[in-house]
Amino acid sequence: MVMDKASFEEKSKEIRRLTIECIGNLGVGHIGGCLSIVDVLTVLYYSQMNVDPANPKMEGRDRLIISKGHAGPALYATLASKGFFPKDELYTLNRLGTNLPSHCDMNKTPGVDMTTGALGQGFSCAVGIAIGSKIKKDGAYIYTIIGDGESQEGQIWEAAMLAAHKKLDNLIAFTDYNKLQIDGPIDEVNSLSDLPAKWESFGWHVQRIDGHDHFAIYEAIEKAKKTEGKPSMIILDTIKGKGVSFIEAVGAGNHNMPITKEQLEAALQELR
Amino acid sequence: MEMRAVFASELDRMMESDERIVVIDSDLSKANGTLFLRNKYPERAFDVGVAEQNMASVAAGLASYGFIPFITSFCPFATRRICDQIAISIAYAKQNVKIVGTDPGISAELNGGTHMSMEDIGVVRSIPSMVIFEPVDAVQLKKSMPKIVEYDGPVYLRLFRKAQPQIFNDDYEFDLFKADVIQEGKDVTIAASGIMLGESLRAGEILRQKGINAEIINVHTIKPIDSDTILKSVAKTGCIVTAENHNIIGGLRSAIAEVICEKCQVPLRSVGVEDIFGEVGTLEELKIRFGLTAENIAAKALEAVEAKK
Repeated sequence: MVMDKASFEEKSKEIRRLTIECIGNLGVGHIGGCLSIVDVLTVLYYSQMNVDPANPKMEGRDRLIISKGHAGPALYATLASKGFFPKDELYTLNRLGTNLPSHCDMNKTPGVDMTTGALGQGFSCAVGIAIGSKIKKDGAYIYTIIGDGESQEGQIWEAAMLAAHKKLDNLIAFTDYNKLQIDGPIDEVNSLSDLPAKWESFGWHVQRIDGHDHFAIYEAIEKAKKTEGKPSMIILDTIKGKGVSFIEAVGAGNHNMPITKEQLEAALQELR
Repeated sequence: MEMRAVFASELDRMMESDERIVVIDSDLSKANGTLFLRNKYPERAFDVGVAEQNMASVAAGLASYGFIPFITSFCPFATRRICDQIAISIAYAKQNVKIVGTDPGISAELNGGTHMSMEDIGVVRSIPSMVIFEPVDAVQLKKSMPKIVEYDGPVYLRLFRKAQPQIFNDDYEFDLFKADVIQEGKDVTIAASGIMLGESLRAGEILRQKGINAEIINVHTIKPIDSDTILKSVAKTGCIVTAENHNIIGGLRSAIAEVICEKCQVPLRSVGVEDIFGEVGTLEELKIRFGLTAENIAAKALEAVEAKK
């Protein structure tokens, strides 16, 4: 069910706070690419996905594969906010023996649907899961989020070709198009050129929206669900580090950055 | 019967009753004999085209959804080409995917060096949790298929495609994790895998004429290696020769050296591809070119026996 604007915004703020606390407690992490996907995570988990925190492995549930696996902490914050596990556990991020490793691990974290982190692979796994759901005819929707830098991986396009060939209209993918990667702006490292045209030419239904506009995300998912015979790509124009001004200002360097206790407090203050 | 025909017909038989089994090809279904499965199981047998990396991760996704996918290609493309996908999407993620590579080592014949996997076992062996199995004949392959499905975890099936001389009878009791002592002996152990078992049996004959009594073991599963059977044998014979259609680095020789170095140090000699790339030729020509022959195994066995003194 769609929520009102204030509720969406409040929920995203909460998830951003939890994400920052999760990473800030450790003092370093993939902050930028976590904060850029919080709004889509909010819409998915609070208004779209059929999941049950009490039964994370429920048959026929909708699934989300974070192919840009380094955004694990944003997913963990979302899952904790939904009650998949206690919020206190967020403080264990990347501590030896934790259930919350930097990159998503389906065998460790309740609610994580696929182990990801080797870029490009999670997207293929999502295609495999969508094929599986079609075979089982269980009516599930398979969501996946890929990075823009990740889109430089050849495997992304192998999977894109197959998903269109198999007419996987149960597959709804997002590109977190924040235009930055570790080594700098995407356009300086290796440009994606006309990204929507690329996906269209691969036979996908393509939408491009403001990735921080909850209603736009919600509507785009609704449109994707109504699209028959084609997988959907929703390109999210986002800001890496969205929501915390000093993190946004770091730019490409916020991919994996340290955060002091003082910065953590300032970030939490800004996200009130 | 060709090995690929046995492989595909066993899949067909199992797919009839087990809806979890999925077969994914990467444009080699004709070579691997799996094409016909698509007519019978249009949803569960399909092709991804020439895209092995995608195939491996798609299979992992299907496995996470409760399916048991078999993915097929030639050995080099089923292993070294997709090493990271095997390591992460399949093994690290604990996904129950069966990887099938055909034309191991020199059996790629006229496809030559680009298609010859001299390192595939080494690549896969160093990935935690992987099982590596190389059948020697149609009987063993047929008996192995239900066991591979039954085993809950990733398996690399290194499959010679064409017909192989029969080694086992129908009453053979197969154990995926137990090496077969094909012939008992007391002077030297010959541990062989794949097409090198036949050469080893011929080597056994050559040695017999020289008064040497060889114990011949078929190591069909190279990982996890059946160290009990190996150690029991070398404790008796006091020396060992390995024979494999693979680089001598990383494969059967390495696996056996790891076992005996730690537990029972005896002279080791080896027959295999000596750290060089493949080239075009017929199987028989290539056996001679790379020294993968009964004569070479026998010569190494004599060296090993000599080294005991």
